[in-house]
Amino acid sequence: MTMTDTTMPASAPFKRQRKLPRLSRFVVHGVVVLFMASWLLPILALLVSSFRRQADTAASGWWWAFLRPNFTMQNYTLALDQLDIAGSLTTSVAIALPTTIITVLLSLIGAYALVRMQFRGRMALSLALVALLVTPPQITLVPLLKLYYTFGISGTIPGIWLYQVGFTLPFGVFLLRGFIASIPAELYEAAELDGASQLRIFRSVVMPLARPIMASLGLMAFLWSWNDLLTPLLFMGGSSHAAPVTVNLAGLANQTSQGQGPLMAATFLSVIIPLFLIVALQRYFVRGILGGAVKG
Amino acid sequence: MKDTMTLIPLLIVLGAIGIPVLVYAALGVGEGILRTFPPVLRRSARPWVWLSLPILLIVLILLYPVIDTIRTSFKNARVDDWVGLDNYLWAFSGTMLEVIGNNVLWLIAFPLCVVVLALITAVLFDKVKYEPFAVTIAVLPTAISFTAGAVIWGQMYSFQPAGMAQFGTINGFLSLFGIKPVAWLIEPVINNFALIFIAVWLQLGIATLILSSAIKNVGDDMVEAARLDGAGDFRVFFSIILPNILPSVLVVLTTMIIAALKVFDIVYVMTNGNFGTDVIANRLYYELFAMNNLGHASAIAVVLLITALPVALINIHQFRTEAGK
Repeated sequence: MTMTDTTMPASAPFKRQRKLPRLSRFVVHGVVVLFMASWLLPILALLVSSFRRQADTAASGWWWAFLRPNFTMQNYTLALDQLDIAGSLTTSVAIALPTTIITVLLSLIGAYALVRMQFRGRMALSLALVALLVTPPQITLVPLLKLYYTFGISGTIPGIWLYQVGFTLPFGVFLLRGFIASIPAELYEAAELDGASQLRIFRSVVMPLARPIMASLGLMAFLWSWNDLLTPLLFMGGSSHAAPVTVNLAGLANQTSQGQGPLMAATFLSVIIPLFLIVALQRYFVRGILGGAVKG
Repeated sequence: MKDTMTLIPLLIVLGAIGIPVLVYAALGVGEGILRTFPPVLRRSARPWVWLSLPILLIVLILLYPVIDTIRTSFKNARVDDWVGLDNYLWAFSGTMLEVIGNNVLWLIAFPLCVVVLALITAVLFDKVKYEPFAVTIAVLPTAISFTAGAVIWGQMYSFQPAGMAQFGTINGFLSLFGIKPVAWLIEPVINNFALIFIAVWLQLGIATLILSSAIKNVGDDMVEAARLDGAGDFRVFFSIILPNILPSVLVVLTTMIIAALKVFDIVYVMTNGNFGTDVIANRLYYELFAMNNLGHASAIAVVLLITALPVALINIHQFRTEAGK
């Protein structure tokens, strides 16, 4: 199995449908349905709790909402306004969107150079990238905190871009590298014969072809950035912006003064964008997962 | 508050459009300069023009910090004197032993639990017509942050003393059968598994995706041949499917081992390391900010890195064999 064929669509078009005996068919459906129900249950509980009234939440479990329906939007207005989730969502967008776009562009540039250009140290560079894939983020914190203070970018949003882009680049280059290597060499050669410059080939051959895999990387980079707690927790201290949504949530979870309902509304607001993205772009997510895993 | 709000759209435009345009323009300038070079020199200089930005960023954000942290790990709390191996001796003694024990538990229980569950779901999903729908549901939590996941499971694990009405989903369910409520996050050992399961819920979808694609790549003729020989479902799974998807199982295992190493958010939000649930990454945060002990924090970080090293070596070996083909 080569790196490149992992970028193929995941599911084969046909299914191995052997007639199972009635009993085991029943068991299979039973287990699958039970799994789906229990995997959805925590999200359902979150959604229901976020619409319950404060008094109800303090008196009974969320499932009572089905027996005595009594819903309110108050938790959401509280969360958006008083807990400043609106500000937090804005900050999170301001962090995740640029991080995503810069990561994808730099990864594509790096991957293109690594695949298409011959130079000494190419293999060493690729191996270093693969090794850096598993670096725990914690090992970078102490020196970077010092560095950020020295340069005065601590507490700024561009400081977070810098960190997240740098940290995601090895994965990005690795993922796109596999795809670019699978583009037939004839395509480049034809373009070169036509007198196209490297930059022209990059823009008019590589970029259009790589669009789906760029979408995969973009989706994953966005999810990582949006869901990251450690980086903004450390590097956004003393910022004048609202805290990113993960930092705000983690702070809320550690105090109980605001009550369960608004916390649940805040949490649901924080997961709407990622949930929507993963449902809408699931096939790109699958490509990203399968292409990014180093085959063992 | 207000003026930062007007600043943010500007920042988004700068980061999402301005910087990419600048990067592309810089490439253009680089290529323009290259054009003035003689062809031979141009060829050998070009890769470094293209790779300069990515390499610069990786050196700044990854390489330099790793080296600096290793150096700091041999220094004292305020980083003004060398202390030899003292920080490492500390890292493997006293209260740190429990922390390391918890990480070992995470390192074993989390990947194993994910692999077993993912094998079951991947095999069973393969047998039903609504597989895409089932996969989507398994994948949903992978989009959720560990922080939000912790809040969501706070409600699942919520506990009131026995005899009182239970608001937590699991204890409420147990009380239907007259089972005594469990203090999921406080009871020793149980609480560690309760935290691990949150991570399983969040990450299983990735493993299911990898394994179900691997299962679909197992040749149908092989499966059919085994069936003709009278092999049952279990026999087919253990002697045909499992051996064939072993490489993918290893991928899942290593991915999850790395995730287990880094686990921080869940513990930080749910227990903050109390009740015997502390893990290395959370302790590092504590040493850094509560204790201001940079030497200790760096030594912990290096221990994390060393634990991840075998996985890096496996990946490198694998990459070399792939590239050699």
